[in-house]
Amino acid sequence: MSKLQSKIPEGILADKWQNHKDSVKLVNPVSRSSLDIIVVGTGLSGASAASTLAELGYNVKAFCFHDSPRRAHSVAAQGGINAAKNYKNDGDSVYRLFIDIIKGGDYRAREANVYRAAEISNQSIDHLVAAGVPFTREYSGYPDNISFGGVQVSRTFYAQGQTGQQCLLGAYSGLNRQIAQGRVIMYNRRDMLELVVVDGQARGIITRNLVNGEIERHSAHAVVLATGGYGTIYYLSTLAVGSNATAVWAAHRKGALFSNPGFMQIHPTSIPQLNEYQGKLILMSESLRNDGRIWVPRTKGDKRHPDEIKEEERDYYLERRYPAFGNLVPRDVASRAAKERCDAGYGAGDSGQSVYLDFSKAIEKQGRKVIEKKYRNLFEMYEKITGVNPFNEPMRIYPAGHYTMGGLWVDYNLMTTIPGLFAIGESNFSDHGANRLGAGSLMQCAGDGYFILPVTIGDYLAGEIKTPRLHTDTREFEKAEKAAREKLLRLVAVNGRQTVTSFHKRLGRIMWDMCGMVRNEENLKKAMKMIKELKEMFWRDVRVPGTVNELNQELEKAVKVADFFDLGFLMCQDALDRKESCGAHFREESQTSDGEAQRIDSDFSYVACWEYRGDGEKHDLNKEELRFENVKMQKRSYK
Amino acid sequence: MDSFLKSSVGKKLVVSISGLFLIMFLAIHLTINLFLLAGPQAYNMAVHFMDTNLAVRITKPVLAVGFLLHISYSAILAISNIGNCRQKYAVVDQSKTSSWSSRNMFLLGSLIFIFLVLHLSNYWYKMNFGEMNYVDYEGIKIQDAFSLVTAKFVVWWYVLIYVAGAVLLGLHLLHGFQSAFQTLGLYNKIWRRRLSIIGIAYSLIITAGFSVIPVFFLLDAVLC
Amino acid sequence: MFMDFLDWTQLFNMEINLRIWRQKDADNQGGFVDYYLRNVAEEMSFLEMLDFLNRTLIENGDEPVAFEHDCREGICGSCSMYINGRPNGPVDNVTTCELRMTSFRNGDSIVIEPWRAKSFPVIKDLVVDRSAFDKIIQAGGFISVNAGTAPGANSISISKRISEEAFDAAECIGCGACVAACKNSSAMLFVSAKVSHLALLPQGQSEARNRARSMVEKMEELGFGSCSNTGACEIECPRGISLTHIARLNREFLKDSLKS
Repeated sequence: MSKLQSKIPEGILADKWQNHKDSVKLVNPVSRSSLDIIVVGTGLSGASAASTLAELGYNVKAFCFHDSPRRAHSVAAQGGINAAKNYKNDGDSVYRLFIDIIKGGDYRAREANVYRAAEISNQSIDHLVAAGVPFTREYSGYPDNISFGGVQVSRTFYAQGQTGQQCLLGAYSGLNRQIAQGRVIMYNRRDMLELVVVDGQARGIITRNLVNGEIERHSAHAVVLATGGYGTIYYLSTLAVGSNATAVWAAHRKGALFSNPGFMQIHPTSIPQLNEYQGKLILMSESLRNDGRIWVPRTKGDKRHPDEIKEEERDYYLERRYPAFGNLVPRDVASRAAKERCDAGYGAGDSGQSVYLDFSKAIEKQGRKVIEKKYRNLFEMYEKITGVNPFNEPMRIYPAGHYTMGGLWVDYNLMTTIPGLFAIGESNFSDHGANRLGAGSLMQCAGDGYFILPVTIGDYLAGEIKTPRLHTDTREFEKAEKAAREKLLRLVAVNGRQTVTSFHKRLGRIMWDMCGMVRNEENLKKAMKMIKELKEMFWRDVRVPGTVNELNQELEKAVKVADFFDLGFLMCQDALDRKESCGAHFREESQTSDGEAQRIDSDFSYVACWEYRGDGEKHDLNKEELRFENVKMQKRSYK
Repeated sequence: MDSFLKSSVGKKLVVSISGLFLIMFLAIHLTINLFLLAGPQAYNMAVHFMDTNLAVRITKPVLAVGFLLHISYSAILAISNIGNCRQKYAVVDQSKTSSWSSRNMFLLGSLIFIFLVLHLSNYWYKMNFGEMNYVDYEGIKIQDAFSLVTAKFVVWWYVLIYVAGAVLLGLHLLHGFQSAFQTLGLYNKIWRRRLSIIGIAYSLIITAGFSVIPVFFLLDAVLC
Repeated sequence: MFMDFLDWTQLFNMEINLRIWRQKDADNQGGFVDYYLRNVAEEMSFLEMLDFLNRTLIENGDEPVAFEHDCREGICGSCSMYINGRPNGPVDNVTTCELRMTSFRNGDSIVIEPWRAKSFPVIKDLVVDRSAFDKIIQAGGFISVNAGTAPGANSISISKRISEEAFDAAECIGCGACVAACKNSSAMLFVSAKVSHLALLPQGQSEARNRARSMVEKMEELGFGSCSNTGACEIECPRGISLTHIARLNREFLKDSLKS
């Protein structure tokens, strides 16, 4: 267990972060300017970290694979960002937010980290407002809050339906300010292919310039990964098409443990698949569930138009099964319930793979104007895509892969098991347990980037003050570069017949069917076998046109998918190991008599931390036991 | 000020302010011209008033400067913009997204400029530097501008040129009027609609007003 | 989720003629190449149609068409194509990824070009370099506040009307459709969106005027043209950013000039 020292500070829960801040080592301002930090990924967490570290005086090199940091997928978070401000005076507090995240995560997250995330949420909101994020306001002129994602207080700040976009642009503008001042050097259109570890410490990265294919070496005193999630492993997901696990997987191969890879949030309200060629699924914000009612026909295979299905012929199954929370049950519960109905043959639409989200009652009660005000953007977006106006006809929705609670294992300082390598935002595992609460993602990203990492990285860098700037002409860099180059050349050299996308689609289907909303031992084992076969076929018959020395989008895809085979395999291994149901992870073998998830705290109250043993080898499992001293572990019930 | 004029926004402000000034001038010009319809005496008296009024005399050089600024800064902006589209699109369909006149302001302006040269040499030059007849109204001898003006309007192609000039001017104003306010920043969601309506109305009045005079005299000559 | 149980052949009935700009890289001259594509479904989005084309090309041993895309839900601003003479095709106020094949008819010819502007050089096929936008933001499109110094989020009240107007401006996704639409390749709508967003909010006002000037200067330095107020940008802008923001930018610029 020596590998996993979570470094949780002493003291009572509420004081831990303050105590920690009081005791971490500091780097004096003069020394900071001789320390280099690499930040990979410039979404909300990466951009906020890069700009804040630059404000502190460190030399920052930031990398993103887009043409601009503004395009990171944080833009797509629609709903909001949580903070325990209690502006609504409805009894909210840091403690309550902490409890909600822990409970929402089904008691599979680390108490101290979660409490800190809740505590810092308030500072993040303050900063984002000051940075010019135009949060929606009440008529009084003060920020408005809504209730979001199955909690009983209104603590979610939002900017119409584009909270993520606005928060990211806030961080992006701060980042640009530092770029203008020369404190951050921004490298756009770079894919990180390898991590460079020197004497056990993270010392640099190898990147590919996506415009001309050049392989580049970059050194630093510390490396921060802020590379987001890998929900694209399902091929169809709500994630941006370019999202990948390349950087985290590179770190994992170099020794960073990977935690809870199987915890994958499935979002209940996405627009269903419309055709076979669909490249991605489009999310409809969860906030719609505040006013929309979810139903399916009472009769199996009822293909009538929703208008013709009378009230008494509709099954509002969430309200029926979960009278206390109704349509506002957490994401995992809502998703599974939809799948259950559709699998049983009650699904709506031609495909039977969707359920209705109906606003007629809300429109009737609150008036069209009010609903328009709240959801105009979303309704317009839905109509653009499906041709159906939600004012006249219920939306059709279906669950889709969305968020990865799992990620690189980090300690309380957000450092991975490789000294000097940090992981923040969605790329780490730390705050959301087995299921993330709505509006928790932006909260974590902003907190990690603006307020946590800038403090904790200092504790590590204080020991690096005497380390001179590293040269990149060392053996380690050379080796890493060679590995990166060889992999690219190998991909092009296969010169087979099948497209990368066709492999990705097949992998996605395996993952979705067998390691998606519902898992069981038989399927997981089958999936692992199928993934292995698919991977072999990939390396035998994939076709990557073009060369490595040019802008080559197929090569970029191939790099991504090549890692996904291994990651998918690991996800299955993790899901197989966890023989309980918890949060988003539902094992059919572990359910109650009425079909609800059955958590087994006595056996599985741990973070599964997987260790890479080599290509094609099975991972080793390390466990970080979770101790709950401040909350009582309860059965999650929304009935 | 130096850096102000270096920027395109500053240059546009010059075009806008001089444009608004010219818009005002057009209104006065049209008002005086409409006296033509009321007969020789009314028109000649009006012209005489304009010639002798101190305020008007002071404004005249300002007007000239206004013209020069408007033309020169428009030209500078237009020429600098030519360099910005490195490679034109193979297919362009802008008809649905912007008005023709808004895209062709420089063309319209250039045509109006040609018209202006003709117009000035016909009237303004002759009135100021040419041999003029004088008429006597109640003991005051004043230039007979009426005859000078109307003499041209019996030639059909002259009338056609003047009507064309009025139409070009109208098209120029159709975009120029609201664009001037936009550039000045006097523009919000409510005023945007209002200004656009006022702009259309103003352009129509200018075109109609300046067209009706030559047509009237042509018809008068043809029919009587 | 994977609906392969439907009879897709019935739905895939469109045939289209594509004429696409192909260019190897920034240093090479490009040209148009014609493609004839069968079995296109009306249900496809425009980008899915191109995915389909690319699959066909790869399977036939050709190089696929490079184009930018990421979120595919109209918010990241990556996609950027000039389609049949208009940025993002025949529909007003959409991104290319939001464009669907229902906007075209069986047998249509579709010409696809990259954004064309001096400041947006083509990198490959339909991919252009829009980093000039980042440089404009770097010239002042931010509020200079360091993490940790912010006052409470509710310390200032901002009227709903003002905050909504600021939001309308802040909606800009930086896609460059305004530049692509403009006959002068002007980036004024982009610049004004940021200037207006920050000038409206009390937090941004102390830097507002200087911001307007330096961002406009940077825009011009980078080779974007000046604004002729034609309004094409507003109609092509996927987020419908209003021309009135350019008016506000002009106002801020004028105020700054009068002061100095």
